[in-house]
Amino acid sequence: MKLAFLSLFCAALAGCVAPGAAAAEQFVPLLSFRVGPYAATGSAIFGAYIDYLQYINEKEGGVNGVRLVWEECETEYNNARGVECYERLKHKGGGASVVMPLSTGITYSLIDRVAADKVPLVTIGYGRTDAADGRYFPWVFPMITTYWSQNTAMIKFIGQKEGGMDKLQGRKIVYLYHDSAYGKEVIAIMDEQAKRYGFVPSYIPVAHPGNEQQSQWLQIRQVRPDWVILSGFGVMNPTALKAAAKIGFPRERVLGVWWSGAEEDTQPAGDAAKGFIAAGFNVAGQNYPVVGEVLKYVYDRNKGNMPDRSRIGTVYYNRGLVYGIITVEAMRVAQARYGKGKALSSEQMRWGFEHIVIDDKRLAELGATGFMPAVKMSCTDHEGSGKVRFQQWDGKAWRVIGDWIDADRELVRARVETSATAYGREKGLNPRDCAKEQ
Amino acid sequence: MSELQFFAEVLTGGLLSGLLYALVALGFVLIYKASGVFNFAQGAMVFFAALTYVGCLEKLPRWTGLAADSVLLVWLALLLALAAMLLLALAIERLVLRPLVNQPPQTLFMATIGLAYFIEGLAQGVWGANVRGLELGIQDVPMDWVLDHTGMIVSRFDLFAAGVAATLVTGLALFFRHSRVGRALRAVADDHQAALSVGIPLATIWRIVWAIAGFVALVSGLIWGARNGVQFALTYTALKALPVLILGGFESVPGAIVGGLIVGASEKLAEVYIGPWVGGGVESWFPYMLALLFLLIRPEGLFGEKHMDRV
Amino acid sequence: MLYREAGQFKSSYADDQRIFPLRQDRHAFWALLAAAYVGVPLLANDYWLQAILTPVLIFSLAALGLNILTGYAGQLSLGSAAFMAVGAFAAYNFMLRLPWMPFPLAFVLGGVTAALAGLLFGLPSFRIKGYYLAVATLAAQFFIIWVLTKFPWFSNYSSSGVITAQVLSLAGYKFLTPVSKYLLVLICVSLFALAAKNMTRCAIGRAWMAVRDMDVAASVVGIRLMPVKLLAFAVSSFYCGLAGVLYAYCYIGTVEPEAFSLDLSFRILFMVIVGGMGSILGSFLGAAFIVLLPIGLDHILSALPGAWLPAGFGSNLQLMLFGGLIIFFLIVEPQGLARLWQIAKEKLRLWPFPH
Repeated sequence: MKLAFLSLFCAALAGCVAPGAAAAEQFVPLLSFRVGPYAATGSAIFGAYIDYLQYINEKEGGVNGVRLVWEECETEYNNARGVECYERLKHKGGGASVVMPLSTGITYSLIDRVAADKVPLVTIGYGRTDAADGRYFPWVFPMITTYWSQNTAMIKFIGQKEGGMDKLQGRKIVYLYHDSAYGKEVIAIMDEQAKRYGFVPSYIPVAHPGNEQQSQWLQIRQVRPDWVILSGFGVMNPTALKAAAKIGFPRERVLGVWWSGAEEDTQPAGDAAKGFIAAGFNVAGQNYPVVGEVLKYVYDRNKGNMPDRSRIGTVYYNRGLVYGIITVEAMRVAQARYGKGKALSSEQMRWGFEHIVIDDKRLAELGATGFMPAVKMSCTDHEGSGKVRFQQWDGKAWRVIGDWIDADRELVRARVETSATAYGREKGLNPRDCAKEQ
Repeated sequence: MSELQFFAEVLTGGLLSGLLYALVALGFVLIYKASGVFNFAQGAMVFFAALTYVGCLEKLPRWTGLAADSVLLVWLALLLALAAMLLLALAIERLVLRPLVNQPPQTLFMATIGLAYFIEGLAQGVWGANVRGLELGIQDVPMDWVLDHTGMIVSRFDLFAAGVAATLVTGLALFFRHSRVGRALRAVADDHQAALSVGIPLATIWRIVWAIAGFVALVSGLIWGARNGVQFALTYTALKALPVLILGGFESVPGAIVGGLIVGASEKLAEVYIGPWVGGGVESWFPYMLALLFLLIRPEGLFGEKHMDRV
Repeated sequence: MLYREAGQFKSSYADDQRIFPLRQDRHAFWALLAAAYVGVPLLANDYWLQAILTPVLIFSLAALGLNILTGYAGQLSLGSAAFMAVGAFAAYNFMLRLPWMPFPLAFVLGGVTAALAGLLFGLPSFRIKGYYLAVATLAAQFFIIWVLTKFPWFSNYSSSGVITAQVLSLAGYKFLTPVSKYLLVLICVSLFALAAKNMTRCAIGRAWMAVRDMDVAASVVGIRLMPVKLLAFAVSSFYCGLAGVLYAYCYIGTVEPEAFSLDLSFRILFMVIVGGMGSILGSFLGAAFIVLLPIGLDHILSALPGAWLPAGFGSNLQLMLFGGLIIFFLIVEPQGLARLWQIAKEKLRLWPFPH
């Protein structure tokens, strides 16, 4: 404990009291939440994010010598608090590099603000899906993959398991979802795929918070589906797995979305979670070079942010590392253009995010091969990948099954553009002409 | 499977869940009876109790050197959690209730909200934000015998939990009817001033009741924690208890049970039979609408005390 | 000494009916208004406008609405956030579907729609009282949010189920800057606060208070309970609805139905109780307290050298302090902050020479 305190002391010193004024500094605001219903998610993701920034400082002395500094602000996952944190930190330290609120509600509250303030808003794995159209949302980046992409990848995965997309004909798929804007988002795209592949979808909502699902699973038992897609949040996930076990539905045929597939969702369900498969844009485990590096440079020097070392390598922790990788890559890209070793403005950071290219070679350099998918951003495409990988819970840990699965990008993109155009019309926006921008 | 069988299955499942709602509602009823406070912090207490138990279970092997799977550990953790709840009850009586004695109900209600924040912060501050599993040693699987004979799924765990709830409620109802403390409690509930004047120690009664409510919170925390994991969402169990309370009446222990059964059964049946017509998710509001209907007929809840208004 | 009422006489009926019978109060009030209308727009930066003042004003309006219902008319409500949602979604649909409509009219119609919803869910108040009445408003809370999520028409079939506030423009002027939005909110809030103050001072306000203090007695002296209670529900929901409109259009921008959760309803109730039941000023003080206290705590704790706290503990400590301070204030003054203010004023009459 004493050691932990000491380590935190050092971490805080390094984080808050930056040494000297000579070196350039890049400021990263953290709209984090470590209390309340989602504290488990928040503490792991933001802890990892801070660890990654710390790792860059420790190993390379910052990005090309520009030290990273950050400040946390507690949002409590509450919109008003999130707005306050954003307003408090947006101009600090020469301008916020990026805003990552980790809450779809706060993301919505910030969309207009970041456009006015010219600060990039990066939402990886949540947020507003149609913001993937960079022409209408120049400042918003729902990066790597969105709920729609994930859904199409899941249907592909089911197709693979069934032995081909043509085998989906007549299959029954239940979509069990959190009854909110979040859960409902993919229904339309799933309907479209059902028409194309001939599977029979049924949609069963679970009222918030979802700590009771008996009636839903009895309904599922009536439907006798081949697959269940679980789109839950928080307590809804372990409850669903337990209920599945209760009616004897094979967990190998329950597919969770990426907010359903973490240790926090499976461990409380105990044995009932065994066999459960979940999607993700990052995988779990400590055996990736990037995790090892963070352990070596940050934790072995007692500068880690996580009080509990056993949480390193969990799904949420590794997701936080992905957020860190993306942030730092954007800085490298932007510095390559605007001057190496110089602190970047928010607008320059935006350019950086829009031009991130993380190919397989770069992934290997980052020590993240297989850890996250390759990403290539552009002016029109603010998603950049759409790939999803599946993991299975073996009762103790997540095991990766199969390779990255690509989303049905055409289908998703068409819907994104329709939706974004409608948004633009409602708001009276003129789209950017991406052909003119380099 | 026949339609009737399905109906019976949904109904049984609903009734069993209803008893679990009643368990949480019980904590509210006790405190309301004794001090006329609608204790908003009950959900937070459930969370705190369960988290303390699991946290102790985690830390004890390191503190005491006991083997991680020894039975002693479970009892020790249970004892510690109980002690924590007792301590909490004493502190609440001393620091919150006593200074606020004789204040209007909404002030006390507000104070319990402050209390809820405090307890939530304390729980996660001390034990960390991790989500933890909790194993009570009873498998949440269908009972083979029932499945073979009727084709219905009745979970062993649910049956056990319902049994615990029923025992607890019966025990408490008897306790309050026949013991000295119970009678004193009813006197306090009836009229603070009169109870004081015949020599009933108000503060002691409050301490006892809050401690019992703490114990009930621990039991519900353990059962709900074993079902859904020990995490912040345990505080939401209070949401499930609200319609039960309203339906059963705030002052009645048996009312909590009957209310729980009605809410549990009807919300499941509504979700299955009405849900599909309107797009599902009706469980969120159906119990409240139902309670509203009941109240229009009987404005003081099923078992609540009728109040006479005198001008 | 400074705050003396000696020598100030009420010599006409008009004097007797002033909102602020004391000269000092009047001067202070006008100074405050001047500061809010002139000083703030000149001096405040974006942070103060967007993150502090605008939300405080909007939540004050919502608290004012709930205070009318709970503090003046004595009907407990746990559904204020749902009525805010009705207001926001209604105004959005009016402006979307009737593009010719000037936005002030849409705002008012949003409030009126919320009032109608409030009227509907206020009907059970005829039979149900006290905590039990909370069930009707809880039903409203869950049912309304369910309807708004379930039927995509309300969000114009938006793929994410959210509404995006349209740009407000009036006679060619566009409300885009934080200052303009702040002023818009300020105008709405001051107008309706004045209306609320006057409502509570006239016959209907006295009828509400009579019903609150004892409804049987009130009916005995000839107050018709049903219309009085229903009017309280309607007016209260109108205020909440308008607050919801401002929340969507002048503060957040893009709103999902879940933003108006039960949690928000509770928060508004805290504002009323902490501020002071049955007090207009209390609504403002309560809103400021509930919105600003956590922010203040965050500022203080993050200004401390963070080293002595393990990661995450600081946030929990904030929550504990917040809860503890609520209890502390209730113990110090159970009638709320408004009463504290009154006591301070009485002390001021003698200060600095108490003998």
